Amino acid sequence: MIVLEKRPQPSRAWSLATPLVAVLATMFFGGLLFAALGKNPVEAIGTIFWEPLFGEYSFYYRPQLLVKGAPLVLIAIGLSLGFRAGIWNIGAEGQYIMGAIVGAGVGLAFYPMEAFYVFPLMVIAGALGGWAWAMVPAFLKVRFGTNEILVSLMMVYVAEQLLASMSLGLLKNPEGFGFPGSRNLQSYASAHNAELIEGSGMHWGVVAALIAVIFAYVLLNRHMTGFHIRLTGEAPRAARFAGVKPARLILFCLGVSGALAGLAGMFEVSGPSGQVSIDFNVGYGFTAIIVAFLGRLHPVGILLAGGLMALTYIGGEIAQGSLGLPAAAIQVFQGMLLFFLLALDLLTNYRIRAARKEVA
Amino acid sequence: MDLSAINPVLLVASLMVAATPLLLAAIGELVVEKAGVLNLGVEGMMITGAICGFAISVETGSPWLGFIAAAIGGAILSLLFVLMTQVALANQVASGLALTLFGLGLSALMGQSYVGIKPPAMGRLDLPVLSDLPVVGPILFSHDPILYLGILLTAGVWWVLKYSRAGLILRAVGENHDAAHALGYKVIRIRILAIMFGGACAGLGGAYISLIRVPQWTEGMTAGVGWIALALVVFASWKPWRALLGAYLFGGVTVVQLNLQAAGVAIPVEYLAMSPYLITILVLVILSADKSGAPAALGRSFHASH
Amino acid sequence: MSTPLLSIKGLTKAYPGVVANDNVSFDIGEGEVHALLGENGAGKSTLVKMIYGLVKPDSGTMSLRGAPYAPPEPRAARADGIAMVFQHFSLFDALNVAENIALGMENPPAMGDLAARIREVSETYGLPLDPFRTVGDLSAGERQRVEIIRCLLQDPKLLIMDEPTSVLTPQEVEILFQTLQKLRSEGTSILYISHKLEEIRTLCDHATILRLGKNVGECTPAETSARDMAEMMVGTALKTPERSGREFGEIALDISGLSVPSPSEFGTSLKNVHMTVRKGEVLGIGGVAGNGQDELLAVLSGEILTAADAVKKDGQPVGRLGPVARRRLGLLTAPEERLGHAAAPNMSLTENALLTGSVREGLESNGFLKWAETREFAERIIKEFDVRTPGPENAARSLSGGNLQKFVIGREVLQNPDVLVVNQPTWGVDASAAAAIRQALLDLAAKGAAVVCISQDLDELMEISDTFAALNEGRLSAPRDTTGLTVDEIGLMMGGAHGMEVAHV
Repeated sequence: MIVLEKRPQPSRAWSLATPLVAVLATMFFGGLLFAALGKNPVEAIGTIFWEPLFGEYSFYYRPQLLVKGAPLVLIAIGLSLGFRAGIWNIGAEGQYIMGAIVGAGVGLAFYPMEAFYVFPLMVIAGALGGWAWAMVPAFLKVRFGTNEILVSLMMVYVAEQLLASMSLGLLKNPEGFGFPGSRNLQSYASAHNAELIEGSGMHWGVVAALIAVIFAYVLLNRHMTGFHIRLTGEAPRAARFAGVKPARLILFCLGVSGALAGLAGMFEVSGPSGQVSIDFNVGYGFTAIIVAFLGRLHPVGILLAGGLMALTYIGGEIAQGSLGLPAAAIQVFQGMLLFFLLALDLLTNYRIRAARKEVA
Repeated sequence: MDLSAINPVLLVASLMVAATPLLLAAIGELVVEKAGVLNLGVEGMMITGAICGFAISVETGSPWLGFIAAAIGGAILSLLFVLMTQVALANQVASGLALTLFGLGLSALMGQSYVGIKPPAMGRLDLPVLSDLPVVGPILFSHDPILYLGILLTAGVWWVLKYSRAGLILRAVGENHDAAHALGYKVIRIRILAIMFGGACAGLGGAYISLIRVPQWTEGMTAGVGWIALALVVFASWKPWRALLGAYLFGGVTVVQLNLQAAGVAIPVEYLAMSPYLITILVLVILSADKSGAPAALGRSFHASH
Repeated sequence: MSTPLLSIKGLTKAYPGVVANDNVSFDIGEGEVHALLGENGAGKSTLVKMIYGLVKPDSGTMSLRGAPYAPPEPRAARADGIAMVFQHFSLFDALNVAENIALGMENPPAMGDLAARIREVSETYGLPLDPFRTVGDLSAGERQRVEIIRCLLQDPKLLIMDEPTSVLTPQEVEILFQTLQKLRSEGTSILYISHKLEEIRTLCDHATILRLGKNVGECTPAETSARDMAEMMVGTALKTPERSGREFGEIALDISGLSVPSPSEFGTSLKNVHMTVRKGEVLGIGGVAGNGQDELLAVLSGEILTAADAVKKDGQPVGRLGPVARRRLGLLTAPEERLGHAAAPNMSLTENALLTGSVREGLESNGFLKWAETREFAERIIKEFDVRTPGPENAARSLSGGNLQKFVIGREVLQNPDVLVVNQPTWGVDASAAAAIRQALLDLAAKGAAVVCISQDLDELMEISDTFAALNEGRLSAPRDTTGLTVDEIGLMMGGAHGMEVAHV
């Protein structure tokens, strides 16, 4: 009989190995899935993981890694702070949308004036927009004890409706021939989140993501707030005993994750996607949750996990085109990755033993 | 704007229909939470049920088989949650989210060839005299069988939890899983059964949307109903009859705002569409105070360490 | 000699790193009260779990009235007539007495009949219970009754009781003993696990003594002195801590008119508590668990805030200050629950040292942490308090109970507090660690600190306290000097028998 035995110490070795094993397991079972869909599993896995990095058009795809990875990393870093403390911000998608709306809105308010301060103002606005949207679940949790999972999620649906309303109304492009959607920010120089180095895919959002990684690392390992975050997640009663003020932590974690998600949205709308439109959000807020866990809630891990997820997105798109693999299959693939990661995590804290034969 | 176009009797009848998926999913999750497990994967299980039900009923031509398949589909998906939280002792919040994301993806994959198809219709109740009564007829006696099943399920769950030994054991497990284990009850087994029941109910709820309420298949068609069901369980303070009340309330809000949209009311469509979600938040806030019904062991993993 | 009721031969059980029971053998006769004696960690709980079917022995046999007995699970043990009242109750706070009892039975009758039976049996054995009261509202002694009645309803041949008197006042202990004696006269045997020697001498016919998993001797308690039994339990002569005759200084801690509701649903609120402690004084606060101890500690640690004046340190109001501010002022505390409250189980000892030490040991500056200094602090604690662990990077949960407790208390003591409040400082800790902790508290007081020790262990309190007060249902009795205080007086201060009836036996 198999029994689970608690380890006296969490195992560092397994803690590092789990993401790798999870990826391998996903590749295997994902391959089976693709085979079930009638595609050659080796070819499919190869297309997803190999092509974008080393294939024929990788000069095009590699920058895309940065483009797709940056928002994921930016959002996931914010989420990881809260998750570590047991504060579950599930509404990052909504905060992302609000950051985009507010950021683009501020930018478009200046149109057609060109000035150096337009973009920085948009950045601040985007962060504030996301922050404010996250303050709704934060405030309700602090004041009334309301569950932040449900509130932040409901706010996503509200944000989506708001996005539709804006695209059709307040932010609609007056010169857009009646089509829904805002003016394209890529053609408005002061507001355009352009590539810093031509062809590299690196825009300000990428820079922000890297800064966020460093900030989170320092916070978690070298600062009292980071210690408090970790303590609250590990042992809430001990955290109160140590003097952690729960309200402050909630406001901080939700606020930071909202602001980062808002920034991601703003960088996206003023850069790669270009305009505020009804369906401009593609689920980064939710995928970032997977990225956060895949990175084991650790800043460097998240950086790597973001890259990996971006890879699956891009590889998935290629596979869609060249192999006819349905888009939803990639979603399933990503979900599987999260499953395996969560399940294998148990090995960090428990040993698997075969129990001895029972004595009569 | 023409408010007179809104027929109150039809409104009530259609709110019952709108409430049913919510009710089915909420009752299922209520049982799961009473056993001490928080399964956030309701949305994923619902949408899986929606596609399973749709696909099977289209293939076999029988909506009844579709509903059975939906319940089975939801239960099977919930097994993944079982594996993660009861066997691998993973964090319940993260596992529930994983289940939702996976379920959304899986259902989209499965549903590709079913877009735009019309499913076989399920017959409605047509009692000789009763269904023709004015007011009472449409509201009480002219619905599809699954709606009545929802109400029966509510009554059944209420009775079992309150009066039966099985219900008592389930509640005990949710209150204090260590004590239940010490008394010799198989905590994990009971939780697995509860989780699968929850999955089956969520599946039924999802299929109701794709087979009766809409009826057709679109990717992501549950649109957050699963999450509202979770809020509903809190709203109901884990009491079945209050869940029924809450479901009808939310169903009502949804239906009213659609009617207002159709009647050309001056509020923009998007803001009306937001209302169910905003009301959910409001309700959650008002009821945050009453956490007394929450099972004490809710959300904590159980590992028997001798 | 007649066949014993239960005969145990060569029972052994090992866990990774420790042999809990090593070849244990003894017999329990019919209608006998048999004590199982040993201190914390001796293996009593594991042995008894094997008898009850919760744990399977690695080797050895048991026989019940001559027939082989090997229960695969508690249900089987119950079916064979063995019932057990655990030290930590298996009760469901939100359910009522009848529902709790029904859950502990195989085939309970309908609620109505069950309620009637509960009333009947509880009256007969002198432990009256109302079947429809919510268990969460009951006192510890009343909850134990629920457990006992649950067992009695199944007509057991052998009733196992694990440390039953740790939650009872002296008067309640008497009531329990009368109940047990009635049971014995009816032919039921009792296996009585305890480390309280005087009680065993009063109640038990035979005793088996366990030390470090082995059966080290048997005796007849009535004919053996407490000291002899203690030495068999411990193996060596124990060093009793020294209390110096001290002069007390000014009032260091002053609580007046404190009334605070409990933060938890089933907790006890504090009512009009008055308390003063002087510099150099050790105030012992006795009382059975669940009478407001946790709440009192939380008020002193700063986890519960009160009116500013309600708590004063050195004359300064601190009631509205949080834990960090209080630490800065020199008021430190150590809560009861080591894992999860005093320390974070999965974090290293270094990180746990930071938990309370950051303020007084200068372990942070402008929010940035000084890990090297923190590690040094942790190492100092480990060294000075003889904490057995490979190093400060080990997780708190990897330490044994005694070692973790030494770390937790040591962490506070080394910060040189002016006032130290501890809650159950030696609960579940082996004798030598307990003695070390008590000595540390006394040394701290000798240096002029004010020490408050909240404990269920009256022997411990009598050993180290200068003054004694009892906490009962949230009320603190007036303090008394410990010299000359009798057990009866203590019992009355602790609230007597909480209105329980004496057994009609």
